[in-house]
Parts: sequence; C-alpha cells; structure tokens
Amino acid sequence: MLEINPGLVVWTTVTFVLLVIVLKKFAWKPILDALEQREEHIRVSIERAEHAKGEAERLLEQHRQQLASAETDAQKIIKESRELAQKLKAEMEETAKKQAHAIVSQAKAEIERDKDAALAQLRGEVADLAILAAGKILNESLDANKHRKLVDDVLKSLPKN
Amino acid sequence: MFINSDSLETIQHSAADTVQAVAQTAEHGEAGGNLFTELLHHLKDSHEIEYPGGHLELPHFPPFEIGGLTIDLSITKHVLFMWLAAAILLLVTIKAAKKNSKSLIPKGIGNLIEVFVQFIRDEVALPNMGKGGLRYLPYLLTTFFFILAMNLLGLIPYGASATGNISVTLSLAVIAFIMIQLSAIKAGGFGNYLKHLTGGVHPMLWPIMIPIEVLGLFTKPFALCIRLYANMTGGHIVIVSMIGLIFLFKSYLIAPASVGFVAAINMLELFVAFLQAYIFTMLTSLFMGLGIKAAEEHHHH
Repeated sequence: MLEINPGLVVWTTVTFVLLVIVLKKFAWKPILDALEQREEHIRVSIERAEHAKGEAERLLEQHRQQLASAETDAQKIIKESRELAQKLKAEMEETAKKQAHAIVSQAKAEIERDKDAALAQLRGEVADLAILAAGKILNESLDANKHRKLVDDVLKSLPKN
Repeated sequence: MFINSDSLETIQHSAADTVQAVAQTAEHGEAGGNLFTELLHHLKDSHEIEYPGGHLELPHFPPFEIGGLTIDLSITKHVLFMWLAAAILLLVTIKAAKKNSKSLIPKGIGNLIEVFVQFIRDEVALPNMGKGGLRYLPYLLTTFFFILAMNLLGLIPYGASATGNISVTLSLAVIAFIMIQLSAIKAGGFGNYLKHLTGGVHPMLWPIMIPIEVLGLFTKPFALCIRLYANMTGGHIVIVSMIGLIFLFKSYLIAPASVGFVAAINMLELFVAFLQAYIFTMLTSLFMGLGIKAAEEHHHH
C-alpha cells in the first residue's frame, strides 16, 4: 500500500497547480476582496456611528446647557418683573395717595373759600339787614356808609365761625 | 454541527455500500484466504470505479519512461475522485465568489465558504506568518479546500478518498516543501537561506550541522505526507474491518453491532476530514512562517 505511483504524482501536481492558478483568480481574490471590503465597510460604519454618537452627545449637552440657562433666564425675568411690578405698584399707590391728598386739600380749600365767600355774603346781608332794621327802628335814614363801617367792625369782632 | 439527518442517511448508505463490497470480496476470496487482506484491497487505487449495480473500466494509457522512471498516466479511481473534488471545489468557490462580490451581505454558500476563508486567513495565515504571509493565502486556501473536498468524497457511498493514497499526499507534501523553501528564500534572500542551514554554529561544526538541518527540511513535509495518508486510510480500514467482522463470524447477528459502530466511526471520519485538512494547512503555514520569521530576524540584526 505504500508504493508510489508516479503517474498519480504527476496528475496530483498538475491538478493542484492548475487549481491554485484558477482559484486564485476566480475564487480567492474575489472572496478575499469582498471580505476586506466588508471589513472596511464595517470599520467605517462603526467609526461613523462613533462619531455620530459623540456629536449627538455634544448636542445633547449643549441643549441641556441651553435649557438650564433658559430656565435661569426665565427665573431672572420673572423675578425682575415681579420687582418691577412691586415698584410700579408702590409708585402708583404713592401717586394715587398724593393725588387724593391734592384733591382733598383742593376741595378743602375750595370749601373754605366758598365758606368764606358765603360768610362774607352773609355778613353783608346781615349788615344790610341790620342797617335796614336799625334804620327802620330809628326811623331815620342813617348815613349808610358810616353805619356800614360800624356794623362791619362789630362783625369783625365776632368769632369767625 | 455537521451531523444532520442527511449525513446520517449518507452514513447508512455508505455502510450498506461497504457491506456489499465486503460481501463481494468474501465471495471472490477463497474460504481459507485472508479476509483482511482482501478487504484492504478495496482501499487501493484501481482502474475501475463501482456504482450501484456494476463497475466501469477506466481508460488505460500506455506507460512511458523518463529517466528510468515508468510513468503511467492512466485515469485511476483516485485520479477521477481527485478531479471530482477539484470540479466541486471550482463550482462551489467560484459561485461563492460571485455571490460575495455582488452584495456586501454574505448569504448561503458564499457565507459558508467565507467562514473557512476567514478562518484560514485570521487563525492560520496571520498568526503563523504575519502580514507578509498573506501573499501565500491562495496557496493555503487551495490546499485546505482541496484536501477537504478529497477527504469528504471518501465518505459518500461508492466514493473514494484520493488523500488515502500516499502518492497524492506525497505530491501535496512536495508542493508544501517547495512553498516552505520558496517563502524562506523570498523573505530573506538565498544567502540568508543557506546561512540558516548552518544553524549559526562554528564552521568546524558545519559538517554535522548542515546534514541535520537539511534532514530537518525534509522531515517536516514527510510528516505532513504520512499524517494525512495514515489518517484517511486508518479511518477507512476501521470501517472495513467492522463490516468484515460480520463475514468473519459468518453471522448476521453481528450486523447490528457492526453497523452501529460503523455509523459512529463515520461521524468521527467526518470530523477527521475537516481536522486533517486544517492540520495540513496549519502546519504548512507554520513551517513557512518559521522560515519567514527567521529571515526577518536576520534583516533586523
């Protein structure tokens, strides 16, 4: 069983060499190329995914920061608005109070003035009536001006109210 | 992984086929003749192939002589099965190549072939030979798939393993020997290659060292040749012997046990077919890598 058949050696060698040549060109090269291409594709895809992941994380962080700063801004704006409103309210109250005071004092002054005018008129009327009454009593015509002065002096000595 | 209902069926067929073959042998052989010798005859190369219900005579060519060597290029059973293996290999791998070139996603036969291609590249060629060894990848791949195809053909009914013939494994080993020397010479130059044969010892010791180193060059491929041949033949001998027991004891009661054992051995054979193709390729790549690395170390000094 261990005898060598040279014919078989020749056939094996020829077959094998031809097989290497043909398979190298038509099988191994395309298969290895496809394999390398796929490995390259996978490598690039992973790299790209890694990159995209980093980018997404960066954006997320950025958004988170923006959100946080927006929150702070909003808080600040609310606080400022509140303060402003408070201030405005105080100012308005102050103004309103002042205006009310002014109106009240103005009204008081007007009342005072009207009262004075009314009193003056009343005094005049009273003096005239008094003079008229006194004239009628005395039955003589007095010098109106002289007596008026007299009555006025009397009235002036009276207390204001 | 490789054992499914199909292969089981194959095994049963194979067993049935072997029974028939053995029965024929038993009929032909004389009652007192050596049954085992007759059985072994079935593993030998022959000028005819058997098929269900008969046999076919293969073409004979007149042998011729070159330098005292008689060369008979007749198409024998093993030549035929070697060509069958080569044809199957061409069909399958070229189809796989076309499929894989078309789409980035490997499917079916393309995926199956690629698994082995990638294994040979990443687990055999790269670790043993480094990146520089990738140029020998087509050789290694062809070695692996060719041996595997020939091994597997021995497992199908009426099939034969060309790798169970020492002339075939010798040829493969001679090619491996040439590739090992070529890769070493290519990596470090012829001068370095010769220098390595001296083993780096004092010139006084060269007469001892050089024969040892040269002998070492030949023992490695020789081991490759014998290992593959013996493994493939051994399995077949076990199977034939198991079947032979039925005829030795001249009792059908032995048959269930024999067939059971044969089925088990056949599954083992299936594994061995892959294993031996891998070992041959792995060792060739390892020996090539040793030469390449030794040459590269020289470059660094």
